[in-house]
Amino acid sequence: MKKYIKYLALASLVFTSCDPEFNDSVEDGDFYTAGEADFSNFVSVGNSLTAGFADNALYIEGQKNSFPNIMAQQFKRVGGGDFVQPLMNDNLGGLLLNGNQIADTRLVLGVNAEGNPGPRNISGTPTTDITNSIHGGQMNNFGVPGAKSFHLVAPGYGNVAGVPVGAANPYFVRFASAEEATVIGDAMAQNPSFFSLWIGNNDILGYATSGGVGVNQQGNLDPTTYGGNDITDINVFGSVYSDLIETLASNTSGGVVYNIPDVTNIPFFTTVPANPLPLDETTVTILNATFQAYNEQVLPGLQQQGVLTEEEVALRQINFQAGPGNFVTIVDEDLTDLTQILQGAPFNLSPEQAQTLGQLRQANETDLIVLPAANFIGSQVEGGGVSAINGVSVPLGDQWVLTATEQAEINQARVAYNGIIQALANQHNVAFVDVDMLLQEVAEGLPTDSGVLTSEFAAGGAFSLDGVHLTPRGYSVIANRAIDAINEKYGSSVPRVNPGDFRTIQPSNN
Amino acid sequence: MKKLLLSMGLLLSFYSVYAGGYRVATQGQRALAMGHSGVAVVNSAETAFFNPAGLILLEDRLNVSAGVTGVFNSTSWQNSSTGQFSSTERNVSTPFYLYASYKINEWLAAGLSVYTPYGSRVEWEKDWPGSHLVNEIELAAIFIQPLVSVKVNDYLSVGGGPIFVTGSVDFNRNITRSLVDEDGNRANVGISDSGITNWGWGASVMFTPTEELKVGFNYRSEIMMDARGGEATFSNVPNSPAVPAQNGVVPFNASLPLPAEWSLGVSYEFSEKFMATVQVDRTLWDVYESLDISFPGTGIPDAVNPRNYKNSSIYRVGAQYKASEQWTIRAGYYFDESPVQSGFFAPETPRNDGHGFTGGFSFELNDKLALDFAFLYLRFSEVDESYDFYMEDGVQVPFEGTFKSNAFLPGIGITYKL
Repeated sequence: MKKYIKYLALASLVFTSCDPEFNDSVEDGDFYTAGEADFSNFVSVGNSLTAGFADNALYIEGQKNSFPNIMAQQFKRVGGGDFVQPLMNDNLGGLLLNGNQIADTRLVLGVNAEGNPGPRNISGTPTTDITNSIHGGQMNNFGVPGAKSFHLVAPGYGNVAGVPVGAANPYFVRFASAEEATVIGDAMAQNPSFFSLWIGNNDILGYATSGGVGVNQQGNLDPTTYGGNDITDINVFGSVYSDLIETLASNTSGGVVYNIPDVTNIPFFTTVPANPLPLDETTVTILNATFQAYNEQVLPGLQQQGVLTEEEVALRQINFQAGPGNFVTIVDEDLTDLTQILQGAPFNLSPEQAQTLGQLRQANETDLIVLPAANFIGSQVEGGGVSAINGVSVPLGDQWVLTATEQAEINQARVAYNGIIQALANQHNVAFVDVDMLLQEVAEGLPTDSGVLTSEFAAGGAFSLDGVHLTPRGYSVIANRAIDAINEKYGSSVPRVNPGDFRTIQPSNN
Repeated sequence: MKKLLLSMGLLLSFYSVYAGGYRVATQGQRALAMGHSGVAVVNSAETAFFNPAGLILLEDRLNVSAGVTGVFNSTSWQNSSTGQFSSTERNVSTPFYLYASYKINEWLAAGLSVYTPYGSRVEWEKDWPGSHLVNEIELAAIFIQPLVSVKVNDYLSVGGGPIFVTGSVDFNRNITRSLVDEDGNRANVGISDSGITNWGWGASVMFTPTEELKVGFNYRSEIMMDARGGEATFSNVPNSPAVPAQNGVVPFNASLPLPAEWSLGVSYEFSEKFMATVQVDRTLWDVYESLDISFPGTGIPDAVNPRNYKNSSIYRVGAQYKASEQWTIRAGYYFDESPVQSGFFAPETPRNDGHGFTGGFSFELNDKLALDFAFLYLRFSEVDESYDFYMEDGVQVPFEGTFKSNAFLPGIGITYKL
């Protein structure tokens, strides 16, 4: 009997090795070709979008769903290798510098005691200290959250000493090869065979998300003088981008580049309407009485004096109606500043009143209110008494509102950047992804295998809870579009992913 | 020998899948070697399963057959449009049988059967692309059946008896395609219940118009396995009131039918040495409309999984040749129709129509004891299929791909007669 047991054991071995084999095997790559591209060492270069940043943080799960990592997994069917990312230490997100927290944890969708959902920081203390360098060995994802175009070529961008003064990037500090290393230099040191480059978003985004408090630096060719919320000069962008794509394209078998989407399509600017205020009859009567003299006498008077145009007088009219849908009041720095005039005769207003009215107007349909204003509008001004309501009696500051004028500045730069990106993509004959068009499609509703993806905040599925960065599902759509572009450019047949296999926002009360 | 079988029975798991649905046809090595044809064959206590009416026709007073089969089955899946692929673990499972009959007098025999005709064990790679349908499933059912066999006259005998079933179920899947906890682990639910019992019955007739010709018919009733108050374990669910489940254990109810089955067959002894048989089996799978799992009193929505199985047939042919006093060799073939309809191809029972090729032999150690060996190779052709009834936010999300399965089943048994 023992003998038979032995035979059975032997048979087990034999049968275990006889897995059913397909005529054409996905695993063996029978369906796919790399075309003219060599995917063996894929390196991605860019900013937060390349890093897999989401929910206002970088965390492991988000990184695993970065669009280049999604692509790299698909590249494995056509000879792609491992894709190593500078993974964070946890799924909380947030950063420490020598034990002191310098970046918040990720946002999750919590539900409060009243049953209302809303974004909140997940509780916990970050464990990723940027002084713990993870440099060394293979690295494939050079997405650095916060990087602008010129940062990728800036020596010292990974020097920890520069972090407290804003001269260096804490995310790059973690995996920079040396204090004076550049992002692009470290990326090229990996000998990429194929690349992705998506950069330029932050060259306008800081200005946009700050409500345009920064400076439009057109004409200033020295980016070292720029503030974090400034718009990068078009020529500076062009020069840097040209160097980047030249370096990447001439040392690889090919790559893919992405343009810059319109910020007015992202939920950071589309979620809070300019007219969110419900007001009752009593309040409206008081408010309108307050502004009656201003609307009917002060403004027309200033027009007669030639201080204001008829157009500006119309723009500065303040009117409220009982019920929902009242536009907030804002400070618009592009208006004529009346602070001094109103303090003089015949108005003789107090400096405080004059200050309030100086660049005051009511918002209109063309203004974009930033997402963080959601909890600020309608709140009482600290120490200001019950009638001091932010967005009503106290106007929203510049940082809460992106006016039409500011939007135009952003768009002018963006369109120029995109022209440069597309021209250089053509010149270097690399694949090009029109992310601008893709996110417009998402804004209108993009059908996927898991229903329609939209850019509605929290519910739409495409955008994470910071309203700027994408969800894993959103990144998967970017990855698919890039795969399409690559397949078309290089004659490859890399398979796409199912967006429905990737999550949207994360609910949690942790 | 007894000790060995006992320890095997204790150590090994009793279940597997390799036939249509979750029917596991390995209820006798002699029959299995002939394409699992036995309804019109009387050659050992195996007839207790295939046709208990035949027990009274056995020559010896006491007959015992026992055996165990090693099931090595595997399924591979791939989707060429996404580049995804996966395969099941090649777990070895071991359905077994034990039959005994005792001839009380010339017209009455009594018997006892213990066998495992239904079962399933499929284990995909954890979090594989179809994990929202199934990660892992194990079904086991042990049938215990006391029998009587009565000779009505020289041409006709009848047999049958009540069946007691005790079963267990383990089923694990991810809750959706994309729900994860705060650390990115896929949210998961596992249900587990054992000691699920119920009763059924079986009855058969055997007609022997001439000494060489036998015609047999056997029927086994449907038995519904009702799991009540089993344990459903939710894990990796994010901590949020927005999600209708929480980590922890809640009760569940579910029902799984073990469908009725009938067999009709003919055997003919062409000579002292050569016998051949044909048989058709029909399994009334249409009772399996949906696998519905409810979580009473928890507020967790029911999991409704349409199955819509259809009745299916199996066509069997086999022969045996007595080569010498000691050696008998057997061979057979069967065609196994899958009960799974197109569009309902759930990866928990990923089976299309299969071809079974069988062979085996018996070796008589002495007058009383024989060793029986059987081998089955079950071949499935590659099939492009889908399960279309998974719902996500009210939208049907088909799970598609190419499936290919195979199974190898070597078996060993003994036949004892006195």
